[in-house]
Amino acid sequence: MTLTADTSPGTARGTARRWRERLLSGGSWTVLALLVVVLAVIVVINPSFAEPVSLMAFAKKAAPLVVLAVGQYFVIVSGEFDLSVGSLVGAQVVIAARLIDGEEALTWPVLGLMLAFGLLVGLVNGLVTTLLRVPSFIATLGMMLVLFGAIRLWTGGAPTGALSEGFRVLGRKGFPDVPGQFQVPYALLVALVVVGLAVLVMRRPFGRSLVAAGDNDVAATYSGASVWWLRTRAFLLSSFLATVAAVLIGGYAGVTAQVGQGLEFMAITAVVLGGVALGGGRGTVVAAMVGALALEALFTLFNQLALPSTIRPAVQGVIIIVAVAYAARRRRT
Amino acid sequence: MQLLVDIGQKVPTLVVMRADDDAHTSSPDPVLRLRGVGKEFFGTSVLREIDLTLYPGQVHALVGENGAGKSTLMKIIAGVHRPDTGTIELDGPAVTFPTPLDAQRAGVATVFQEFNLLPDRSVAENVYLGREPRRRGLVDRRRLHADTTRLLDDLGLAGIASWTRVGSLSVAQQQVVEIVKAVSYDARIISMDEPTAALADQEVALLYELVRRLRDRGVAILYVSHRLQEIYDLADTITVLKDGNHVLTAPAAEVGPDRLVRTMVGRDFAGFFPDKPADAVPGEVRLALAGAGNTMVDDIDLEVRAGEIVALAGLQGSGRTEIAHGVFGIAPFTRGRMTVDGQPAQVRTPRQGVRHHLALVTEDRKSEGLALGQSVLANARLVLDAVLPRASDRRSRRIAGVLSSLEVAPSTVAAAQDTEVQYLSGGNQQKVVLAKWLVTEPRVIVLDEPTRGIDVGAKRAVYDLMRTLTADGTAVLLISSELPEVVAMADRILVVRDGRIAGELPGGSDEAAIMALATGAA
Repeated sequence: MTLTADTSPGTARGTARRWRERLLSGGSWTVLALLVVVLAVIVVINPSFAEPVSLMAFAKKAAPLVVLAVGQYFVIVSGEFDLSVGSLVGAQVVIAARLIDGEEALTWPVLGLMLAFGLLVGLVNGLVTTLLRVPSFIATLGMMLVLFGAIRLWTGGAPTGALSEGFRVLGRKGFPDVPGQFQVPYALLVALVVVGLAVLVMRRPFGRSLVAAGDNDVAATYSGASVWWLRTRAFLLSSFLATVAAVLIGGYAGVTAQVGQGLEFMAITAVVLGGVALGGGRGTVVAAMVGALALEALFTLFNQLALPSTIRPAVQGVIIIVAVAYAARRRRT
Repeated sequence: MQLLVDIGQKVPTLVVMRADDDAHTSSPDPVLRLRGVGKEFFGTSVLREIDLTLYPGQVHALVGENGAGKSTLMKIIAGVHRPDTGTIELDGPAVTFPTPLDAQRAGVATVFQEFNLLPDRSVAENVYLGREPRRRGLVDRRRLHADTTRLLDDLGLAGIASWTRVGSLSVAQQQVVEIVKAVSYDARIISMDEPTAALADQEVALLYELVRRLRDRGVAILYVSHRLQEIYDLADTITVLKDGNHVLTAPAAEVGPDRLVRTMVGRDFAGFFPDKPADAVPGEVRLALAGAGNTMVDDIDLEVRAGEIVALAGLQGSGRTEIAHGVFGIAPFTRGRMTVDGQPAQVRTPRQGVRHHLALVTEDRKSEGLALGQSVLANARLVLDAVLPRASDRRSRRIAGVLSSLEVAPSTVAAAQDTEVQYLSGGNQQKVVLAKWLVTEPRVIVLDEPTRGIDVGAKRAVYDLMRTLTADGTAVLLISSELPEVVAMADRILVVRDGRIAGELPGGSDEAAIMALATGAA
């Protein structure tokens, strides 16, 4: 939170003012307020949404975006972008389906392969950006196209094969695993673990150095940081989490030719909505998570209003511009 | 304390001698006259009561230390700044220049140190940029080149072709193009800010030639330079500024180099600096360079011992900062040897510098020293986080201790965690930079302009800290443009000129002696 000299703690008016500033600051409190408002509107329209089963269904659906947003957060806070995560999710799901092809015994070996492939993509993104000095916007845009094209080429345009039941457990099932009963989706647990670990990582020297590098990479370099390696690790984390998201999405939605499409922009929108500054140096993991939930809630609201799903990209575009403009306005003052 | 507050407002003790108009009886009427010009920035007065008179056909040199107010005065004449007090008279009546363009239209041209040229355009296109001769709405290229060629010929610059791409010219030729551009506005007054700063010695002749030619054509020239030789080669009159005050204007022939230098630096700072401990004896050699060099500096030999403060003095651009950058691995030395505590040290990156227990407080704390959007605490542990992450966790208490011993403004740990560095004053920001290095317990600390832009209280804190560090056996390499600081704080003073060490003087030396070495007058 920013420093506000004129707030007097203790008095009711001071408290009210402090909250107003928090909520309008454009940081995590603002997006949290937005999330609460959107959820409240959904409940008003459709009171059954407030029931635990519906909320859990919402969490299950939102979990992959939360995981992707956390990955994107690492990259954005270090001052870069990762546009390749959507294609990577698509590629991973298609690879998994084709290689596993319904064979339960292949689940673990293929997961290992996906992990290696994800890390390779992250490493290439990171090294091309830092060592070859290609702006990450271009480097990851290129990676996005390469992955997209390579998968088309490999599958001949239509994905084949099938995921094993074991593969789909994380994205589809929950605890306790009794049909018809209330259950906590595994996807929610995965997302919470990811967020929890990310919060811890950001409190470690690595996390602080990453934000400092995003804030001022010259100062970070002159303080002895290896900025190239910090950023490369951020890309590795992003690709790793995209792989995790691929497992959740594959389990939840199965294999289609469109899987993963547009997820990179959803993740970036979520992060920006959470008040994480583009260009780096400002914002928290929790804010990115809340941004993802708010975006997902907004889409749920559109469903409730029976708006066509084709409106989503337009809304997302407006959100991303408004959120960045709001942040810019805040920084000017 | 009273004394501290007076620093910078002290009126120099030197006799103010002004050239009256009748000292120039041979001259025609003045073309430009400044009377009582003063300027403040954010409540700090940077120029006070400046009088300056320029005559056609004369070169008027403007000299002074870094920060004396020369650039501000030039910018006032150029219409970049407007004076808060006083008047500018052009050919008699008082005028104001709301914008630089107005000054240019009135015949007052300024050649700044940074070139404003488009390297991929031709000489002609640069000279007439934005006011190209036109024919039927299109640029009349033939006339553009004809005009430029005539202008170049007039100035005896037939060696430069109007169609040459500016980027392919030498630095001296580019400087000349800047001046030609000024002349093309029919300028009657041209002020030049250190026009030779970027030039090699043999290139200076071209510029001299041009300046003399312009003078002979009746142009009034205001010439800002640090190089005494140039001033005596070119100037008819010399004006000295010091700490924003006008201290001397006299015909160049009447002011010898000794007196000029003395006038530039003389001031009274007694009592402001903490005394050297009487019994201090420097210890082992902590940092040593032998024949170190790279593309910017060469033949650097220096030693700094434990408990010693060695200053690198010199003009801006002389290579002082480059030596610091070489030591710390920002722009590593490619020649020579460096040892830290007697061990050969290969420092190719700042990271390796930190690992060798070196520290560098950079010249520009905002762009090179701090992550402004992060908290005081995060900045204070920036180096530990980056290089020694385990120590960063262990030394939390030490970090808090260093911050409180430096009396950084957010005085509690919680406040240090919540306050972003960008909201602190310059002095407090500098303390945060110092803190991030002190927590690493460096053996050699390089301070590049550590007191620039901070208030007197913070300055004093920096000086006290330097004494504490040396008492603990740290070696301090101080880079400073503030001569009083150099003289009072350093045990030894190395003067840097043109990327080399021009000489060594003991601490407490005369400021004039340093200036003489720095400018090459000695």
